[in-house]
Amino acid sequence: MATTAEKKKQNSLGLGDSKWAYAASPESTSHINIKPQYELFIDGKFVKPSSGKYFDTINPATEEKLSSIADADEKDVDKAVKAARKTYTNVWSKMPAKERGKYIYRIARLLQERAREFSVIETLDGGKPIRESRDIDIPLAANHFFYYAGWADKLEYAFPNRKPQSLGVAGQIIPWNFPLLMAAWKIAPALATGNTVVLKPAETTSLTALKLAELIADSGLPDGVVNIVTGAGRTGAAIVNHHDIDKIAFTGSTDVGKLIQKAIAGTKKKATLELGGKAANIIFEDAPIDQAVEGIINGIFFNQGHVCCAGSRLFVQEGVADIVIRKLKDRLETLIVGDPLDKNTDIGAINSKAQLATINKYIEIGKKEGADFYQSSCNIPKKGYFCKPTLFLNASQSHRVVQEEIFGPVLTIQTFRTVEEVIEKANNIPYGLSAGVWTDKGSKIFNMTSKLRAGVIWANTYNKFDPTSPFGGYKESGFGREGGLHGLMGYLKF
Amino acid sequence: MRKQSTTILTLPDFSKTPSIDQVGVEERVARFQTRSIKKESKVQGLKLALNMIDLTTLEGKDTEGKVKQLCYKAAHLHDVMQGIPTVAAVCVYPTFVKLAKRCLEGTNIKVASVATAFPSGQSTRKVKISDTHFAVDNGADEVDMVISRGEFLEGNYSYVFDEIAAVKQACGTARLKVILETGELSTLDNVRRASEIAIYAGADFIKTSTGKISPAATQPVTLVMLETIRDYYYKTGKMVGMKPAGGISTAKIALQYLVMLRETLGDKWLSNEWYRFGASSLANDILMQLQKEQDGVYQSGDYFSKD
Repeated sequence: MATTAEKKKQNSLGLGDSKWAYAASPESTSHINIKPQYELFIDGKFVKPSSGKYFDTINPATEEKLSSIADADEKDVDKAVKAARKTYTNVWSKMPAKERGKYIYRIARLLQERAREFSVIETLDGGKPIRESRDIDIPLAANHFFYYAGWADKLEYAFPNRKPQSLGVAGQIIPWNFPLLMAAWKIAPALATGNTVVLKPAETTSLTALKLAELIADSGLPDGVVNIVTGAGRTGAAIVNHHDIDKIAFTGSTDVGKLIQKAIAGTKKKATLELGGKAANIIFEDAPIDQAVEGIINGIFFNQGHVCCAGSRLFVQEGVADIVIRKLKDRLETLIVGDPLDKNTDIGAINSKAQLATINKYIEIGKKEGADFYQSSCNIPKKGYFCKPTLFLNASQSHRVVQEEIFGPVLTIQTFRTVEEVIEKANNIPYGLSAGVWTDKGSKIFNMTSKLRAGVIWANTYNKFDPTSPFGGYKESGFGREGGLHGLMGYLKF
Repeated sequence: MRKQSTTILTLPDFSKTPSIDQVGVEERVARFQTRSIKKESKVQGLKLALNMIDLTTLEGKDTEGKVKQLCYKAAHLHDVMQGIPTVAAVCVYPTFVKLAKRCLEGTNIKVASVATAFPSGQSTRKVKISDTHFAVDNGADEVDMVISRGEFLEGNYSYVFDEIAAVKQACGTARLKVILETGELSTLDNVRRASEIAIYAGADFIKTSTGKISPAATQPVTLVMLETIRDYYYKTGKMVGMKPAGGISTAKIALQYLVMLRETLGDKWLSNEWYRFGASSLANDILMQLQKEQDGVYQSGDYFSKD
């Protein structure tokens, strides 16, 4: 008689290699325009960095250089802040709110018109699949501008009897995982509330922010309302430490978030920080199983797992653990890993060599800690930074791969028996950004949402974003909310 | 000769049936639709789809002449092109089975017959069984039955189960396709449950629709049925076939169905032994696409015979 293991093997679907393979279907790059060198965008003009230094931005899927990016130092940041201050005082804060709104609408429309070029460049520079930049990043970025444009002349209705007033100059530092979308999350509400900004994109993904600078120049927005300075940590520190900045908005790692908070302690600067996460994605026995498996996939493998709210800790109730894991493994086989420009690619390139090293370090840690390691059988390209979708089964709460943010396509899997147990485990983490709950029972969802310490909780879905919905964390995942009505508050005083 | 089945069949345990979240199903379907099938994979997929078609005529006004023409078309889809496969089967009413069988002699094309008071299924079991016997005795290789939707919606699952099992027995060696008529089942949970009943009662194929009710086949419904087949395969190692029918009229949509099949059940199901399209106008659209892939330009519909 066949053992259970043999039986399972017999009944395996073998979804990996198909006799019907999809031919390569790469998105064309002929329509895009990337300059060999990009300058800083200060006071409506592209200016050379005072140091004369540039750094390379590369395509992580091919390791080839795409362009040279200006490296801004303290002097450049000071120039940008001065420009922002001058425009704030003389132009932007005096402009009628409905006129401000018109400019933001114009940015939104231009972004929609140039969506194709932005999508391709986002994919080239950051490694994310074209399907995601085309269907999610770029349209969502445009939607943020549309949404906040609408609020510009309605702030008094958003906060009745509270006399909302702009802050002044906002310093904004954004991460590399959703480059243009994060720029939109930051710039749109700041402008709608009447502030001017100095924004620094992440050093590995500056291109779409610089393309946005070109678009903003074309839009006729008054010079100095949006200033974009490029560079690495030093440039960011110069923004944080600049004396004439009224507010810091930061999205990125918890470590840097802590540094920022220390740096601005005792100053007038307000802050919103959106930091790391290690979300629990919880599957109950009565969940819609096949759809929950999709939710697990979408939760952890969306954008190669470079998502602060990624559902990186899976909790499955005992009774359905076997079937969920089996289905998850089969589904893993159908994920296409490779050329981010291919329209069929599900998982693209890891954003940078450094990030790939971090992920691989955690994979080694997980193996040593003794969780059961499992990877999809897919092939990955020899060149470029790629990582196979990875599972750690039978992980323990005390494993570092369970406790620490990996920021890659790595999922830990734990089982649970009771509701109390899963709530305790889900909350037993320094982070509190997001969580997912899968069950057919409405009452269970409400019970969970009131007990889980997470800023965003998705029920029977995962990684859903909308400009109208506030987003932000608890605990070491940061504070302040972005998106929705709440997103305005971080840029206003009352 | 009819083989008598000796295994004891029982209704599935619905307490283990997972619920279906419609929003999630629709999202998954949307993902299949974004797959970009080009060049050689398109040609391969289109030929595969062509070879999976049950070329169908189920009209009150069907005549012997019409059935003869259909059978010729089934075997000679587009003789001006090389390497074009035949369809899998022709699907007709029981009274035309004998004729279709004669017309298709010497080919690999199967004859499928609808039966059991198609399309409504509103008749007695006795009539349904004798309908099935008539089709099989006339040489039908496959029988497409309809379930009693009224009984199903009333919660009379054992009735539906017993009826399918009885028809299966009446089929003998002919393969049984069980039409759920999902357009009348109203929820995806019902589609899942009806699929389980059919599979556990011995269906060789489960099929979405008669084509007489709108909506006919939809991708969300097909996905739920494929996932039911997958769960049964996980549990038993036995394969069950799938046939979406009605409303699949373009090559593009057919490819989306195949993408769904490939990524849900995999290669084992990628042949007409386990997957069929119930369609009448799909074949010509696929042929047009294949001709375009070969010549680089679309041709007028007048270059493709309509039977």
